[in-house]
Amino acid sequence: MANFSTNEFKNGLKLMIDGEPCNILDNETVKPGKGQAFNRIKIRKLISGKVIEKTYKSGESVEGADVMETDLAYLYNDGEFWHFMNNATFEQIGADEKAVGDSVKWLKEGDECVITLWNGSPITVTPPNFVELEVVETDPGLKGDTAGTGGKPATLNTGAVVRVPLFIQIGEIVKVDTRTGEYVSRAGK
Amino acid sequence: MSWRPSASISNLRARANILAKIRNFFAEKQVLEVDTQAMSAATVSDLHLVSFSTQFNDAGAAHQNGKTLYLQTSPEYAMKRLLASGSGAIYQICKAFRNEESGRHHNPEFTMLEWYRPGFDHFDLMAELSDLMQLILSCEKAESLSYQQAFIKFTGADPLTSSLDDLKQLILTHELSADWAKNETNKDTLLQYIFMELVETNIGKHVPCFIYNFPASQAALAKISVDDSRVAQRFELYYQGMELANGFHELTDASEQLQRFQEDNQLRIKNGLAEKSIDENLIAALQSGLPECAGVALGIDRLVMIAVKAETISDVIAFPVNRA
Repeated sequence: MANFSTNEFKNGLKLMIDGEPCNILDNETVKPGKGQAFNRIKIRKLISGKVIEKTYKSGESVEGADVMETDLAYLYNDGEFWHFMNNATFEQIGADEKAVGDSVKWLKEGDECVITLWNGSPITVTPPNFVELEVVETDPGLKGDTAGTGGKPATLNTGAVVRVPLFIQIGEIVKVDTRTGEYVSRAGK
Repeated sequence: MSWRPSASISNLRARANILAKIRNFFAEKQVLEVDTQAMSAATVSDLHLVSFSTQFNDAGAAHQNGKTLYLQTSPEYAMKRLLASGSGAIYQICKAFRNEESGRHHNPEFTMLEWYRPGFDHFDLMAELSDLMQLILSCEKAESLSYQQAFIKFTGADPLTSSLDDLKQLILTHELSADWAKNETNKDTLLQYIFMELVETNIGKHVPCFIYNFPASQAALAKISVDDSRVAQRFELYYQGMELANGFHELTDASEQLQRFQEDNQLRIKNGLAEKSIDENLIAALQSGLPECAGVALGIDRLVMIAVKAETISDVIAFPVNRA
């Protein structure tokens, strides 16, 4: 993988730092009128998810990370791997538990997820921003309650638990924002 | 829409108002406004400055062998030639050009106010700059710390006596994330890095802050102090997280100036950069006699940023480089 000089640093560039692929979130050049310039970057470590800051002397080079993102449809879980497929080429790839992480509770067959690959292997799985899932368990609520007074917990068919309004019943399909884990609406609305 | 200015019209009005106040400030003190060339046959030798250059198709010159001219990184050399010619106190508001990254505090062309005061030393000029800051920003009088005082206050280490290894240890102790530092061989690079991380972040928050008497190894064009040869009579002004100005009690000794330029070039070669031809006109002016004086350069764009509480330099420049 090529090296990148500090003047090629920009948001979104993937670098190998401390042996881990990282994504630049913010890059600031600190250049005194007289003297050495520095680049201060904020990075997200793509495996641990940690956000840290690093400073480089301007002109230094850092090894790039072979990281790419690809949209793949979720197929199934075989107990060890979660399998995804490229809908155009039908190529399949399996992501392990570490890569899937907390996203597991949003994975629904057929949904397109963003899979981050490092040296060809999945390191993170990002579900769509909105998913539609079925309520498999919730207390029966009062019909006609639309005030949304705090709601009640509901278990969805992927195992995720979200708060839903009291009028939602078992068997209904609800739309959920996966970034916040919050109920949005009944599906199809 | 990138044809429109990135700065609001009200910020541009504030900018014009500040420039008018500055001109009035100097008119009242009978400091002469000058307007020197933006392109010169020679440029700076400073290791860390990158100038723009262009080719001048003088009469009879074939296109490919036109004469190289450099856009000024500051008007310093031309203004010193005027001082040596008996101009007396002078100031200039002009564009300076540096071929470096653009960013929140940087644009490759920016507006500089530079002025020179014969008979002043750096402390006299710091006082005058503080007056100007108060006039423009309605702030309080600036405070002053020597480089050594400030460094000791915020890091616990003496910058003038610490060794390379002491500074590396300091970086580890403060858990600064600079992996390159352990292999660094240039003490000034470590000093500049530590200064940036631990000193600059703590000074000039409420009132402008002068740092004066920089290490002699970072003298640039300043005189070395007669009282302490470890420091140079150079100062910088910091306010609200930005470096606003850099000034010197000016070096007037032609042979010492020539030697510093030659040392710059040695450092350039060591760092794999091309040598820069030395500005013979400046050296000749110094040989003829530069009056004892102090000079300072102030970034106008950053000054306007503070005045209008702007987040980025593009808020105060009509068309920064990405819209140029």
